[in-house]
Amino acid sequence: MNDLMERLQRDFGVDDITVRKPALTTFRVKKDSAETLIRELRDREGYTHLNFMTCIDYIEDGIFTLVYMLHNYDKKHSLGVHVDISRENEDMVSIHTLWAQAWTYQRELREMYGINFPGSPRLEEDFCLEGWDDIPPMRREFDTKEFSEQRFGHREGRHSEEPRDHMKVELYPNRGGDEK
Amino acid sequence: MKNSLNTEDTLENSGLTEEEQLLFSNARPRAYEPYPIKAVEDFANWARANSLWILAFGTGCGAIELRPLMTARFDANRFGVAGRPTPRQSSVFIIGGYASVKTLKRIIRSYEQMQGPKFVICLGICPINGGMYFDSYNTINQFDQYIPVDLYATGCMPRPEALVASIMALQKKIKAGECDGANRYVENFDWYKANQKKVIKNWDMPDYNW
Amino acid sequence: MIFDSMNEWLSKAGYFSLTLLIVTFYGLFVGALIERIIAKVQGRIGIPYSQPFINILKNFFKRTAISHGIMFYLGPVFRIAGGIGTLAFIPVIYGSEMFSNFSTAGDLFLVIYFMFFGQLGMALGAGESGHPYSAIGIARGLSQMTAYEVPFALAVISIVIQYDTLSLTEIVAAQQGGWQNWTVITNWVATLAAMLALLGMTGYSPFDIFLAPQEIPIGPPTEFHSAYLSLLQTNRALFGATKLILFMNLFFGGATGWGELMIKTFLIYMVAIVVGVAFPRFRVDQAIRFFFKIPTLIGVMSIIYAQMLLTA
Repeated sequence: MNDLMERLQRDFGVDDITVRKPALTTFRVKKDSAETLIRELRDREGYTHLNFMTCIDYIEDGIFTLVYMLHNYDKKHSLGVHVDISRENEDMVSIHTLWAQAWTYQRELREMYGINFPGSPRLEEDFCLEGWDDIPPMRREFDTKEFSEQRFGHREGRHSEEPRDHMKVELYPNRGGDEK
Repeated sequence: MKNSLNTEDTLENSGLTEEEQLLFSNARPRAYEPYPIKAVEDFANWARANSLWILAFGTGCGAIELRPLMTARFDANRFGVAGRPTPRQSSVFIIGGYASVKTLKRIIRSYEQMQGPKFVICLGICPINGGMYFDSYNTINQFDQYIPVDLYATGCMPRPEALVASIMALQKKIKAGECDGANRYVENFDWYKANQKKVIKNWDMPDYNW
Repeated sequence: MIFDSMNEWLSKAGYFSLTLLIVTFYGLFVGALIERIIAKVQGRIGIPYSQPFINILKNFFKRTAISHGIMFYLGPVFRIAGGIGTLAFIPVIYGSEMFSNFSTAGDLFLVIYFMFFGQLGMALGAGESGHPYSAIGIARGLSQMTAYEVPFALAVISIVIQYDTLSLTEIVAAQQGGWQNWTVITNWVATLAAMLALLGMTGYSPFDIFLAPQEIPIGPPTEFHSAYLSLLQTNRALFGATKLILFMNLFFGGATGWGELMIKTFLIYMVAIVVGVAFPRFRVDQAIRFFFKIPTLIGVMSIIYAQMLLTA
């Protein structure tokens, strides 16, 4: 494992290597060399399985962090590849040529975050949301509660209870709701 | 193939293309009258109440409580309830829980194809005020703005015993002659349609799905 | 049919209406009874006995209906015409003047024709409805019907050879005088072929692919609703009971009283049900292949057997 990391550091300039669990290591790589790195991991290092591909929105730093989770069946080890891209209209290289199932994840990211993957099949079609006319909803500047109230209305008389306080009164009514 | 009704009774069908306009009817739905003789109407209501056919369309998480309802422990057949797979033949539409915008379009399409006296039961709190998904961008908060509702069964999800109780309550309501959801839909048709179109942006079906 | 006077024709028609009513009610009741028995097997209570009647009434009291054209309207009419027509030529109670219906010289083939006629009319009506599932259901139903008609027709030909007549009344008359004279004893090969065809005729498992709700929603009656569906449900009960009465007349000695008729038809139906609850559904190509293999072979052997009976 360590010499794999050394090789990656020397060839691709990865940084921020963190060993999260004995079977999971994550690191960060620059956007331009990301696809080459993933291809080398798949072809030569044995990380042949793509678990998933997702995105974290760091609105404070102005970046999206794409996470590719790869798995090696021989060594039973997972690698998380973090790639930073900017939040405004950025294109990312598509990896549907490496694994065919990646086009589903890329369609989802295109609809929910607005990240474009040129060349990926069926990107323009609706994935989950039909007739969506607002900004991509998983971005953190999208206020989902306010959108819901405006579009779908709000019914008066809705009452929420904190479960912990409610159960205190239920279980210990004589003590006025005190715990022991 | 133009419709032979006069223009006040026709709908716009703006979501359809030119060729499709000829394939779908643009007639307005009409309200039906109850039987003039009260004894006949009472007998008809008794027959409708004792033979409730549910549309077998599980729209949300409430569908998981419908399955035990049909099996041996909470047998719903003894109340006359049977599941039908086509909206043409069913009279009760059970909205199981939350309704996302995508499902709402299909619910509207199925509801408008149902015939005659038809009834809607909503399960769970999500159709009442949004429930667990009150702040979601994709699920509606108040279901009776889009389809007239006869009965709400609250809970998350109501157990099959609660479903049996709601079926019995619906039977009582039908026998009293208070279930006129289909007529309410037709009388307030423009209001319901405006609410539906406000939420469903890709309206590519006729205005009324006959 | 040449009657001596108008009076005779009118009285026969009146008696036939009574028979129609009794057989329809009996068919609905037997349907409910079978459902309750199956429910008991599954450990639950099951539908009330009046449920089939309430279903028909509820569909009749629907206040709106959609029509897809003339043929759509005529589909259920043809179906119930087939059902009534089949019953009109089957002697229900042998020896009774009231319930013998209209019987003529060649009514066995007329009855088989009427059985097929109802299904064809239904196919035209369901095709007019424009629903794709109806079309698939019709294709499956008609091909399956063609398949099970083969062993049934062979068994019928065998009986015709054995009794040397095409009239149902005479076939029933030849079986009177004790249970040794029933066709099931004298020509058991033909009975075996026909009972295998009965499994397909009742539309029950394992041959219910064309109207099973889980396969394609309901098949041919998909678009039929309200009053059309009432007609179809009535016909289902009537036609089912009629087929059982036909089988009883051909193979099990006919009936000389209503009680005997009800017991015999119920037991014949139970044969199909007992097979049905134990088996899952066949695919349509498996069903057709089934009928063309062993039952057709048995049907052909039954003709040879009947010929042997004659010469022996």
